[in-house]
Amino acid sequence: MTATETPTRRITTAKAMAEAIGLEMRANPDVFVMGEDVGAYGGIFGSTTDLFGEFGADRVIDTPISETGFIGAGIGAAVEGLRPVVELMFVDFYGVCMDQISNHMAKIHYESGGAVKVPMVLMSATGAGYSDAAQHSQCLWGTFAHLPGMKVVVPSNPYDAKGLMASAIRDDNPVVYLFHKGAQGLVWMEKNPRSIGHVPEEAFTVPIGEAAIAREGSDVTIVTLSLSVQHSLDVAEQLEGEGISVEIVDLRSLVPLDRQTVLDSVAKTGKLLVVDEDYKSFGLTGEIAAIVAETDPTMLKKPVKRLAVPDVPIPYARSLEYGILPTRERIAEAVKDLMA
Amino acid sequence: MPFQRSSSGEHLFLSDPGELSKPAIDVAPDEIEAMAKGCIRVLDPEGQAVGPWNPEVNTGELLAIYKAMVTTRIFDSRMLISQRQGKTSFAIESTGEEAISTTIAKVLGPQDMAFPTYRQAGYLIARDYPVLSMMNQIYGNENDPLFGTRLPGLYSSREHGFFTISGGLGTQVPQAVGWAMATKFKEEDSVALAFVGDGSTATSDLHTAMTFASSFMPPVIIAIVNNQYAISTNEKTARGMASTFAQRGIGYGLPSLRVDGNDVLGVMSVTKWARDRALAGYGPTVIEYLTYRAGAHSTSDDPTRYRPKDEYSSFPLGDPIDRLEKHLESVGVNQDVLGQIGTDAEAFIAATNAEAEAAGTITTHAPPSIAKAFEVVYEHMPQHLQLQRSEAGF
Repeated sequence: MTATETPTRRITTAKAMAEAIGLEMRANPDVFVMGEDVGAYGGIFGSTTDLFGEFGADRVIDTPISETGFIGAGIGAAVEGLRPVVELMFVDFYGVCMDQISNHMAKIHYESGGAVKVPMVLMSATGAGYSDAAQHSQCLWGTFAHLPGMKVVVPSNPYDAKGLMASAIRDDNPVVYLFHKGAQGLVWMEKNPRSIGHVPEEAFTVPIGEAAIAREGSDVTIVTLSLSVQHSLDVAEQLEGEGISVEIVDLRSLVPLDRQTVLDSVAKTGKLLVVDEDYKSFGLTGEIAAIVAETDPTMLKKPVKRLAVPDVPIPYARSLEYGILPTRERIAEAVKDLMA
Repeated sequence: MPFQRSSSGEHLFLSDPGELSKPAIDVAPDEIEAMAKGCIRVLDPEGQAVGPWNPEVNTGELLAIYKAMVTTRIFDSRMLISQRQGKTSFAIESTGEEAISTTIAKVLGPQDMAFPTYRQAGYLIARDYPVLSMMNQIYGNENDPLFGTRLPGLYSSREHGFFTISGGLGTQVPQAVGWAMATKFKEEDSVALAFVGDGSTATSDLHTAMTFASSFMPPVIIAIVNNQYAISTNEKTARGMASTFAQRGIGYGLPSLRVDGNDVLGVMSVTKWARDRALAGYGPTVIEYLTYRAGAHSTSDDPTRYRPKDEYSSFPLGDPIDRLEKHLESVGVNQDVLGQIGTDAEAFIAATNAEAEAAGTITTHAPPSIAKAFEVVYEHMPQHLQLQRSEAGF
């Protein structure tokens, strides 16, 4: 900690990400950044702000617009011994490069009999809520978590954003790092105050594979992640005044998934609401419900509730978009249903 | 058939042996555009090495390549038999194309990295990778270095400069470009070489890789092996209205050359030129190696359904092993020496195969532990896979 730093230094999630990358780049000359508009622009969601000025074009590389090209090149560079941090501008663009991600980045370790490591971070912007419609608003973390060979992390706040980025860069496995645009603390986007928070200036890690209890409670467990953690915390504060005690599990990592923290919380409260901004069917909400059901369904005093995005593309018009997102109102309503 | 070609070989755009000049390695790409339309050749019909591209190589080096080519051919035919005998599910051969993989393996340095397709087994054989390990992989037995995880013939050996082969096509060219960007960044003296077939030149991966190669100028060689066929479709299907595949590189501002891929001396010389150019800091080169896929695409394929049976025997560039033999004889190597290499290779492959089969084949083996299928997914097995492995009973 520097002399000028106050113990409550507060920064945005975006700044926390960029700070983590910068610290790792300073500590390790093998770390570099590559992607679209990551250079002078600093990433369109701020994830590489100011890195170009410090490290220059050799280590913060703006690429031509080909996700297959720069993710493929990132894989090659990782195998050669560097530690690339590659940004896929919107996770929605996965369709043009999923072969490189799922069949190469995630499988080369396996297909080489464990001999070849791919120590690469693929970071990407996710999430809806600002009228960017069906091809720029998805979360899709369930899709990545479904496919073997990569770790998947999804921070919900500035502290975890910084600590998980450091862990992701230092990990010898490929790590998909999905951040929510609405949790970045960007000036041009409506933001929850929780997108700005205390983050130590020095380097630190948050372990991959460990969930956090974002709030302790005794009546209902909400298992959730990303921006929905912020919404759930708002709801929990509100319901506290109504005499309902909500415990919130912030998953933080989907692969590996911290099953035990989920199970311990549900064992305590006996009531489970899973909140997810990804699509409902065949996804995270079903996975969490299944883990509880196959471990011990008698823990549950009420049937599991799932609040996720219906299986429709994200609409553009504000009223339609908010008609399908897991808003605070819907979360509160679901908790009350469980308490009824 | 929409892409019928004449049988006279006009589509090959051949030059005469010794006809094309040899530029300096720092030549500007736009000064050698003719190299992308002609065809560099060193061996003439009598087996003499002629012209400026003659690499002036010593006989010992050529004999080592000859041995690797012959061994590769015998290995391929033995694995084909094993597939027919039901000892493996699948085999894929490189008959007729052995000059390219084996010679490139000898030209590249120990720190270089090749990104191969499934038709470059000769590269591993030329680099003295254990043929026994290749057979164990094909049989999926307990000695398989990849633990029974991969399709037969999709090898991986980092220490031999042989990147894990991809089952999908074209995908490794952007990876090779990235590998080369990294080696340039680290200021190492090494190059990447990506193999891609004539058919796979149509993939977006190749074109995006050429863009990135042009933008970042890393030490990479993009090696287009034009063996005339993408399973059943002839090369014209992917080539379209262009004269040659090498010409694709011109639009990207990359030096682009064509070479007789059945001419070991030509392959050696052109590959070495591109490698020297890359190491001197002049960036990428595109090379089209002209050859002919003499066998089927794989054991799942029947070429009699789409091409004349005698097409290979009339292929203007002949057979690469025959041509190297002719050259070696012309420089004084005794026929008995060559014959002995062949006899030794036959005995070596038979003995090695017996050893591999003794460890088991796909139907008879003690399989690799299925636990391995869980262990190597990540560097350390995460808890959910430990759980799933125990649920699977291992």
